[in-house]
Amino acid sequence: MLKGRAFKFGDSISTDHIIPGRFAHLRSNLPELAKHVLEDADPTFASRVKEGDFVVAGNNFGLGSSREHAPLVIKMAGVKAILAKSVARIFFRNAINMGLPVLICDTDTISDGDELEIDLAVGTVRDVTSGNQFTFGKIPEAMLRILDEGGLIPYIQKYGDFKL
Amino acid sequence: MGKTLAEKILSKKSGSDAKAGDIVIAGVDLVFVQDTTGPLTVRQFQASGFKGLANPQKTALFIDHAAPSPNNGLSNDHLLLRQFAQQTGAIISDVGGGVCHQIVVESLAKPGDVIVGADSHTVTAGGLGAFATGMGSSDVAVVFGLGKTWFRVPESFRIVLSGNFQKGVCAKDLVLHLIGQIGADGATYKALEFGGDSVGAMPVSQRFTIANMAVEAGAKVGLFPADETTRNYLAEQGRGEHYQPVFPDADAIYEQTFNIDVANLEPTISQPHTVDNTAPVRELKGTKIQQVFIGTCTNGRLEDLEIAANILKGKKCHPQTRLVVTPASRQVLVGALKAGYIQSLIEAGAAILPPGCGPCLGLHQGVLGDGEACLSTSNRNFKGRMGNPEAFVYLGSPATAAATALAGEITDPREVV
Ligand code: SF4
Repeated sequence: MLKGRAFKFGDSISTDHIIPGRFAHLRSNLPELAKHVLEDADPTFASRVKEGDFVVAGNNFGLGSSREHAPLVIKMAGVKAILAKSVARIFFRNAINMGLPVLICDTDTISDGDELEIDLAVGTVRDVTSGNQFTFGKIPEAMLRILDEGGLIPYIQKYGDFKL
Repeated sequence: MGKTLAEKILSKKSGSDAKAGDIVIAGVDLVFVQDTTGPLTVRQFQASGFKGLANPQKTALFIDHAAPSPNNGLSNDHLLLRQFAQQTGAIISDVGGGVCHQIVVESLAKPGDVIVGADSHTVTAGGLGAFATGMGSSDVAVVFGLGKTWFRVPESFRIVLSGNFQKGVCAKDLVLHLIGQIGADGATYKALEFGGDSVGAMPVSQRFTIANMAVEAGAKVGLFPADETTRNYLAEQGRGEHYQPVFPDADAIYEQTFNIDVANLEPTISQPHTVDNTAPVRELKGTKIQQVFIGTCTNGRLEDLEIAANILKGKKCHPQTRLVVTPASRQVLVGALKAGYIQSLIEAGAAILPPGCGPCLGLHQGVLGDGEACLSTSNRNFKGRMGNPEAFVYLGSPATAAATALAGEITDPREVV
């Protein structure tokens, strides 16, 4: 069971909002890069987010570039899952490869700051603040196997090949 | 049952009867990274415990996003890529070579290939009939080591194009129009497959522009058939032997079909801060523009510079508007020099940057000031994209860009061509 606070974002949060190209020189210095996570969407996010929190967004989260650094810095910030109405294709795959769960659900009723409890195995989200409970879409089987190993690189370290 | 282009290519490369929705493991004909995604790929490759590259001659590293390097952090990333190429035998394209996607279509991609790049605009090579898609560094690191990856076979949308463009209207206007219609997530996880009467006559340069922006509608690939036009292009590039015809089956099943008569299109623009926020250029007439940028993997090709040079030849850019031009590759730059386009652009007031990504992603060269607006021929206008979240980026065609540079405000190119 995951427990934490919701940080609410709107629709179309791009990889440029998550880590802008102007910080490309920090991509080999991840702790420094992580200080700017989601800066162009909410400049206060990096200083407020705590271990265990959740990013909650609207439609098409993570659209744009293939930079895997985007889910990586969100994970480094302590975020345990991303909840969104929909997620861009490359971002979704990258997040799973980083071992960061992405849950597709109707996030409209979740407010900024709500306390959430997420049961990944059962597939439910409980909004403790509002009392609402809902389910999220199943993560495809092949991706679940990668997620279960903590991401693609641990998966490959273990199996040496795709065993999907 | 007939197959779409995506199903056909993935069937062949996975050795299975691939249908939309299936998960397949396919061999990869070309895998590449660029300088902002490559260093992480190299580290993930090393962490995975691979002994070497599966196919050094099918693995390429491009130094294009920050080329030449603007600071020591990026210079050290470049060093890492050069060392990796030396150790593994991978192909490397260094400073001055140009944007990865342009070099891929000029020299490396073949019809029917499966291509994976650590860059979302890898889809560009779909213009040659290659199943080309972007992935993150870890996925690409595994392709480096295994020479294959897994795919979910996408459902396809068929885009049927008919008619001829009006003067002053081109492929960029078409693709912006399409994204405006279906939305920035309208084709998420899907393949966009282009066909219809207008495609046969469409030069590959325009196919690349359209395929390049498929990802801005969320698509996994943007695919064109490989036809006589493709054959001629490959022959001109000195690699006619790389041609093979690639067409969808006549009875292929598409999730949706869109019909577009391109004769009805007019110059189109994307307004800040999303690509699907489109409008006819004429509706934005009068919007002041401080910088015009012509270049990128979308519209930095010889044909694009030709359009701009023809509009600007013998004239001067507006005194309050700077023009920055970045040819997409060395081949483009040499061609534009020979044809006199570079001279026309420089005499009109342009600053010419070396081949590469230039100001596109906002990490160097041409970063905008607070409150400034740029009309760019690139593919993205997200907040902060050109280095400053307080600035505004509009996307348009090379003709719209050149007309705007002359007038200092957004201008419909039909007024000047
Ligand atoms: S030109 Fe722009 S969009 Fe194209 S690869 Fe370079 S940074 Fe990306």
